[in-house]
Amino acid sequence: MDLVEAIADLREEEALKIVKDRLSAGEDPVKILEEARKGLEIVGNRFASGEYFIPDLIYSGEIMKQITEIVKPLISQTTQAKKLGKVVIGTVAGDIHDIGKNIVVFMLEVNGFEVYDLGVDVPPERFVEKVKETQAPILGLSGFLTLAFDSMKRTIEALKEAGLRDKVKVMIGGGQVTDEVRKYTGADAYGKDAMAAVSLAKAWVGAS
Amino acid sequence: MEKKWEEMTPEERQEVLIQRWLSPKDPQGEDLKFKTPEAEAEYKARVQRLVDAIQLKRVPDRVPVLPLPNMFPVYYYGITVQEAMYDYEKCFAAFKKFVLDFQPDATMGCMGPGPGKFYDIVDYKVYRWPGHGVGPNQCYQAVEDEYMKADEYDALITDPTYYFLTVYFPRAFGSLKGLSLLSPPTYVLEFYPTFSAVHFIPFALPPVQEALKVMAEAGAEVLKWIQGVVGWNLEIMASGFPLLAGGGCKAPFDTVGDTLRGTKGIIIDMYRQPEKVLKAVEALVPIMIKMGAEAAKQNGVPLVFMPLHKGADGFMSDQQFKTFYWPTLKKVILGLIEEGCIPFLVAEGGFNSRLEVIKDLPKGKVVWMFDQTDMAQAKKILGDSACIAGNVPTDLLAVGTPEQVKEYVKKLIDTCADGGGFILTNGAFFDEAKPENVKAMVEFAKEYGVYR
Repeated sequence: MDLVEAIADLREEEALKIVKDRLSAGEDPVKILEEARKGLEIVGNRFASGEYFIPDLIYSGEIMKQITEIVKPLISQTTQAKKLGKVVIGTVAGDIHDIGKNIVVFMLEVNGFEVYDLGVDVPPERFVEKVKETQAPILGLSGFLTLAFDSMKRTIEALKEAGLRDKVKVMIGGGQVTDEVRKYTGADAYGKDAMAAVSLAKAWVGAS
Repeated sequence: MEKKWEEMTPEERQEVLIQRWLSPKDPQGEDLKFKTPEAEAEYKARVQRLVDAIQLKRVPDRVPVLPLPNMFPVYYYGITVQEAMYDYEKCFAAFKKFVLDFQPDATMGCMGPGPGKFYDIVDYKVYRWPGHGVGPNQCYQAVEDEYMKADEYDALITDPTYYFLTVYFPRAFGSLKGLSLLSPPTYVLEFYPTFSAVHFIPFALPPVQEALKVMAEAGAEVLKWIQGVVGWNLEIMASGFPLLAGGGCKAPFDTVGDTLRGTKGIIIDMYRQPEKVLKAVEALVPIMIKMGAEAAKQNGVPLVFMPLHKGADGFMSDQQFKTFYWPTLKKVILGLIEEGCIPFLVAEGGFNSRLEVIKDLPKGKVVWMFDQTDMAQAKKILGDSACIAGNVPTDLLAVGTPEQVKEYVKKLIDTCADGGGFILTNGAFFDEAKPENVKAMVEFAKEYGVYR
């Protein structure tokens, strides 16, 4: 039975059984986790190609969470896979919507980015701090409400004031965000969906 | 001799509701006195215009124009959202100014900000509002959570009312935890008087008494507020502006998904316990129909507002939409039509992949308001059977120019208005917007949207 396939096809019970069986057979947990990641990567690809939808993505994340909970305690040292680059992301001040942002985080992660997710209602100074601390070259600002446009603008201004604007590329996205909004906020780019976020990020780190 | 409601056909019921919409009454049951004969003529022309656009029997005199705001009137009036939520008079003044300045063909009313003190009294957990988690000038926002747990479907399905009162309420309202101790009212039967008596014991318990006290206080606050709302409605109608909706309800899947289980919860349930989800949405069908139809009848306005959320493009596959979302939404829509109502379906996000499915409804009985759906496709697929409305983007209203707005409106009318069956609205309910953009949308549409 193939773990990669079981996860890619969202067969939860089967995937968990494979993991448990292989662990009790003494298999290397790192290898199992790696295969699980590959399964998730296929889910990401299927989402990008329109075969899968948001529910499939969220369900696969739930399957992965359970596998990680079983496998992680058995791994002595975490082997860090090589990452494409760092991305700081969050929903801007005043806005607590996170479904879209979470999908972008998922897609960036399965595509090899190291993502620092600051959550929702994130004030400009926290974005600035995190960009400074991680030296991430990419910042993602999410917002669903029209009031988020101003918060995005303020966040980008705060980057300028901190002298970081030329060190970080800013992408924005969310419900009503368009190129008009991008101009208004001073962001470098906007994306209509999570796939757009991935291609932007890849282009910015020179990985596309 | 008038026919009884039960004896009427759905068409006759709709006609009754439309007549009541056309000729509103005051609280004493007398014909509403309009401020001027012009106001009366305008009022009736506006209702007729909407009815013509919806029923697809006649082409209206022009495209009806409905700017449908969220918190915009509050910002436009120059008060904070917090003030509007707590100072009811200021809120009413703000929404009145919006109607008088922008002259919509109908209004959603002044209830948006709501009675702030009520939320305080009941310690509402489902929202963050100004002073309680968001800033003074921001709209309240819903806090998603698993207000219903994954293993509680049977409790919901068996007795939705008891479930809401004793499980959902204590989780949604911090001050109403005591309600979890109540007995099911359906245990009070006549077969032995003692059995009836014992079910009153919970009312002696301090947490229950505390909850009842809070409910009485909360109810009094809402009553105070709603009296102002009723006065506002009468004044606005007397000035010539119809109310757009008489009531509201939700798609059963959204009730489970938004209200009870949360997005992630219901998504996982679709895979792990699909049968339970299907039973739950089915159990909610008659409740949703009653919720919308009763209010519409009481208020004498046939339109029932239905904001749709989780059925949008991408939020589920076509297969999932056809299995979990549409069948019970369709039942609610048909149930409302049966009661003479006109469902006003607000398809938030995109509905492009759903157009062929949602076409399957009786002709001229609903309005589909679209947000990010391709309006040309919507007109092509639904145009023969349903009135469509939409979709001036809120981002354009917020950061665009009046010229850009006019250009969009022109294109929209060119695409959708041919032969009637179109209402011009914004796409999503707007907060921040440039007043000159809103004005451009309304005035240009009224001028360009005349049928010749």
